Amino acid sequence: MSDPTPFRLDAGATPLLQTIGLTKRYGNFLANDAVDIDIWPQQIHALLGENGAGKSTLVKTIYGLIQPSDGEMRWQGEKMVLSGPSEARARGIGMVFQHFSLFDNLTVAENVALGLDGKESFKDMSARLERVSNQYGLPLDPRREVWQLSVGERQRIEIVRALMQNPKFLILDEPTAVLTPQEADQLFIVLERLKAEGRAILYISHKLEEVKRLCDTATILRGGKKVSTCNPKAETAASLARMMVGTEIKEVKAAAGRETTVPRLVVNDLNLEPDDPHGVRLKHISLELKGGEILGIAGVAGNGQDELFAALSGERLAQDPGTVIIDGIAAGHLSITQRRKLGAAFVPEERLGHGTAPRMKLSENALLTGHAASGMVHRGFVKLAAMLSTVDRATETFDVRKAKRDPEAASLSGGNLQKFIVGREILRDPAVLVVSQPTWGVDAGAAAVIRQALLDLAARGAAVLVTSQDLDELAEITDRIAVMFHGHLSEPLSTAQATREKLGLLMGGSSLEDREAPHAVSA
Amino acid sequence: MGLLEAIILAVLAASTPLLLAATGELVTERAGVLNLGVEGMMIVGAACGFGGAWLSGSVIVGAICGILAGVAMSLIFALMTLGLAVNQVATGLALTILGVGVSGLIGSRFVGEKITPAPKLYIPGLTDIPFAGRILFGEDAFVYLSLALIVGVSWFLYTTRAGLILRAVGDNHVSAHALGYPVLRIRMFAVMFGGACAGLAGAYLPLAYTPFFIPGMTAGRGWIALALVVFSSWLPGRLVIGAYLFGAVTILQLHAQGAGFGIPSQFMTALPYLATVIVLVLISRARTGGSTAPAALGTVFVPDR
Repeated sequence: MSDPTPFRLDAGATPLLQTIGLTKRYGNFLANDAVDIDIWPQQIHALLGENGAGKSTLVKTIYGLIQPSDGEMRWQGEKMVLSGPSEARARGIGMVFQHFSLFDNLTVAENVALGLDGKESFKDMSARLERVSNQYGLPLDPRREVWQLSVGERQRIEIVRALMQNPKFLILDEPTAVLTPQEADQLFIVLERLKAEGRAILYISHKLEEVKRLCDTATILRGGKKVSTCNPKAETAASLARMMVGTEIKEVKAAAGRETTVPRLVVNDLNLEPDDPHGVRLKHISLELKGGEILGIAGVAGNGQDELFAALSGERLAQDPGTVIIDGIAAGHLSITQRRKLGAAFVPEERLGHGTAPRMKLSENALLTGHAASGMVHRGFVKLAAMLSTVDRATETFDVRKAKRDPEAASLSGGNLQKFIVGREILRDPAVLVVSQPTWGVDAGAAAVIRQALLDLAARGAAVLVTSQDLDELAEITDRIAVMFHGHLSEPLSTAQATREKLGLLMGGSSLEDREAPHAVSA
Repeated sequence: MGLLEAIILAVLAASTPLLLAATGELVTERAGVLNLGVEGMMIVGAACGFGGAWLSGSVIVGAICGILAGVAMSLIFALMTLGLAVNQVATGLALTILGVGVSGLIGSRFVGEKITPAPKLYIPGLTDIPFAGRILFGEDAFVYLSLALIVGVSWFLYTTRAGLILRAVGDNHVSAHALGYPVLRIRMFAVMFGGACAGLAGAYLPLAYTPFFIPGMTAGRGWIALALVVFSSWLPGRLVIGAYLFGAVTILQLHAQGAGFGIPSQFMTALPYLATVIVLVLISRARTGGSTAPAALGTVFVPDR
């Protein structure tokens, strides 16, 4: 039901919301620099930009969470000053947050009540909640506590909470980042319906194909400034990306003629009970990864990827040593350090707290994973020079941008820290690299650097296992893709044959059987 | 008066300051703030409460002085942890040390003085009923107030919108802020309520429990109140049970020592704490998910503006 409302610049009509020269200053730093944006009813307006381009600052200002330093906002042609989100909500502005603004230990109904102004009784509100959620095909049980719900259900709460206010204008911050393709499709149906009802939508996303498909207008921010407003349907993904980054993004290329040789990482019928009650049990996981090969593991978060990573890295030990074999040596019972000595390296999903100790310097963080096998320790004493040179090499090879030579890990931006962490492991030239969500929340430029590094490492003969929720990323760099669902790992498909539909079915727990899908994953 | 009646009366009296202080701390912690300074707020409340009553001759004035002193102490804590985002554990410990010193300073001139303690309720007929009469209808006002307070807190937390917002702030202050709730202001009120309750609990000791003031007379009750909040897993109903249980153990160990059981007194004194540990283990094993503690407990919040 796509309604091809054209990209419009009617001079006569007034937009629903207008920002004029909107500026937000933090000290000398301009998070938003004189941004002009017009939001029209019955349009889905995309807001694009790299991390740090000022998207979040802009929408938080529109939602009243941040006070602008300069410039003004106009709501239906009249000047609007917001002292808080409740005033934004009163005007009909709703927001669905990227990192959900939910309360885990409260029920669905209580969570929704907190997002409303509390003028109706809790009982009436609960009844209306059920009505609205069914009306839009977003079913929810008001009495359940949030911690019991899946990510998709949590997002439903956010959306229903916003819809309960009957908003004229809805802001969605990267809503599909955590959804399966099928869940995303359902969301698009809801959004199209909201648009048809005459509402305006501001849609933040990194997924350009999605924006081209869904949005009528796109505004692109770079370094806090507006670069352009355009019709995304008339652009290509590449041209949108170019405007976001400002330069041509290097195409990630696999080195030609990679050899897949001996198996370097083998998992044999790995079964593992979870160590916490919310965990997932790993069931009969088997895989074989040759040198020079990249295997992708797709799947919705929380289907056992974290548990598999823990079992491979040695954070959790298997009962039987033979379940994990690194370079021909049974390693299921070995500790992380012993596995590192066999030539394995690990990059966990969470950068701060798992991948690095946030308040320690980069050199110290290099030592934390490199002490076993990188010559940074001599007779029990650390060698400061070797640690610093690791930092320098990682900085140089992977273009890590930082304020000084050896800052605290927490002071780096997400993309730069991720480049450092991946670089730290790759510089050790591992035989096996297990990496989880390598480019999660990383801007496009840094993501390209990281993906290229993984391809180059495989080209040098290492076996690389990549867990990612980004199917485009897996399509781009892997040779084969397997899907994780409820602790099971599917048979790997060759990436060329792994269509989005096939992967989506596996991610939802269906088997492929005789269903055929028409087109391949677009990279 | 039989021995059992005497013991029950003593248990009620010993439990009341625990219940009062723990009720305040429960509300504070439900808002996500860990104030370890309960002992300090109590002891200042005791000194000021006694001073007020001695100077004015009125227990009510004394109680109000105790409350105000507790609130004043809690405001120091709020200024540090909410205003300046200082670590809550360190500030709470410092508050206790400060409180012990300040109460000694204020209370030194009252040591050795006596006041008329808070009167007990007397309803002719009802209070005269053997056994149950004294227990149910013959207490001082603090006992009834402490029970009314916890019922009120329970009602507030679970049936009012303000209570829902307070629990939300304690569960996730980032989300609460994103929805537009004034996290720091809500927390300040919760901390002040905790201070008022601790001050009143402290004042109870020289105003009703023993009619004179001695330095250090709270004797660790503030710490027991803190343990009680954890023991109750932040639920008002369990807090009442816990407070009376702890009060009972305190009194029974005195009687046990008096009766000459061959158990070391130190062991008996340690019983409440042992009970806390056991209950915590049982709770964490019984619960399958979610978190019993307010998820944001003890974490500092700095809004981005």
